[in-house]
Amino acid sequence: MALATKSLLFRSHQLSEPSMQLKVLSTNELENITLPSFTKKLEDINLFPLRPVGIDVLQVNMGKMCNQTCKHCHVDAGPDRKEIMNRETMGYCLEVLKSTNITTVDLTGGAPEMNPDFRWFVEELSKLKVNIIVRCNLTIILANPKYHDLPQFFKKHNVELISSLPYFSARRTDAQRGEGVFEKSIKALKMLNKEGYGVNDSGLILNLVYNPTGAFLPGSQTELEAEFKIKLKKEYDIEFNSLFAITNVPVSRFLEYLVSSENYESYMEKLVNAFNPSAVLGVMCRNTISVGWDGYLYDCDFNQMLALKVNSNHKHVSEFKMSALSKRDIELNQHCYGCTAGAGSSCGGEVV
Amino acid sequence: MSKTYYDPADLPKFADIKDFQPELAKKFFSYYGDVFKEGALTAREKSLIALAVSHAIQCPYCIDAYTSGSLEKGADEEQMMEAVHVAAAIRGGASLVHGVQMMNKTKEITM
Repeated sequence: MALATKSLLFRSHQLSEPSMQLKVLSTNELENITLPSFTKKLEDINLFPLRPVGIDVLQVNMGKMCNQTCKHCHVDAGPDRKEIMNRETMGYCLEVLKSTNITTVDLTGGAPEMNPDFRWFVEELSKLKVNIIVRCNLTIILANPKYHDLPQFFKKHNVELISSLPYFSARRTDAQRGEGVFEKSIKALKMLNKEGYGVNDSGLILNLVYNPTGAFLPGSQTELEAEFKIKLKKEYDIEFNSLFAITNVPVSRFLEYLVSSENYESYMEKLVNAFNPSAVLGVMCRNTISVGWDGYLYDCDFNQMLALKVNSNHKHVSEFKMSALSKRDIELNQHCYGCTAGAGSSCGGEVV
Repeated sequence: MSKTYYDPADLPKFADIKDFQPELAKKFFSYYGDVFKEGALTAREKSLIALAVSHAIQCPYCIDAYTSGSLEKGADEEQMMEAVHVAAAIRGGASLVHGVQMMNKTKEITM
């Protein structure tokens, strides 16, 4: 299948509308099977309504602008997207961090580094002594000379990096992320290793993300990590800390891929059959809150893309209230099966 | 009545074989599950062996199942095709090695 080179929005694709995605996801009577509702699954194990155990992580989506147009992107990000967080909204995030005991800020996008206020924001975060995670797509470091010093900038602020590398070969990586992405990613990883990232005892954390390059589930994170470590060291002399195996959630462009390749039904069946009650306890929405580029609050990045705002009177970061948000009922839909399949999945990989 | 011998929709019904003989099915699936657990061989290695055997015995159900299984366990296209070549080499070799028997017999009955 040809690689999407433009976002769903640019192509005026019907799935660029969250309501249309929810319509697909809410149809449980499929051709050969009937999917049980996710809510019912949680009722069966007495976990409905699903509630947070606290809020330890503020995940901030800096915008949909990106230098890549990955086929599976749940953000529908790309070079043709212009929505980015402004400094005022970042200011509200800083206020939240000053007034709560949230310990970690997780910056994502798009490519968060493309936001013109990215460095300012990281510098301000650094002053607050919180753990800073940046979800760096690697190729951004090489995309323009103005980004070439990102490894030094990350190091200066002791930023933890989480970077996608869906496979240790070009074929699979480029099929998902675009022609030439693997080669550029390898170059970027070497630059990061040179600064000490991912290298033993440096204290500079470089974690990689594996996500399946198609309509199948990730295998054992431990086994995959061992395989990645051997291959990347042997072939490219690259080191990293941990590998997170993340399941693709049927949202946005991955949903488009599933529907257009006629894999939607079998993929949903796989997710439902792999439902793991113990994975529910560790899903990320139970300790994370997600801030959209426009400041609205969501239970996770996926709910953000489906426009499912938090079930609370405090829906915007400017009106953040820890006590109320910690007691909210988490918004659920059929895509939630993506985080509870097998060993579970979160932004930090397996959850059980 | 089905007009084909193989239907992909039958694969998820594999466990239904218990309906006609529960005791043996239970023993089989318990054994089957244990075989594919990580042991001296990794789960990925076992999946690739199963993929090769699937081709040797030409089981369409098994090919579907272990292609997905191998991908899920992190195998790539090259590894999977090499596994298929292992099956092909053994099948081809099994024919060819009998050529020695043919040669032996030929030598036995010719001057």
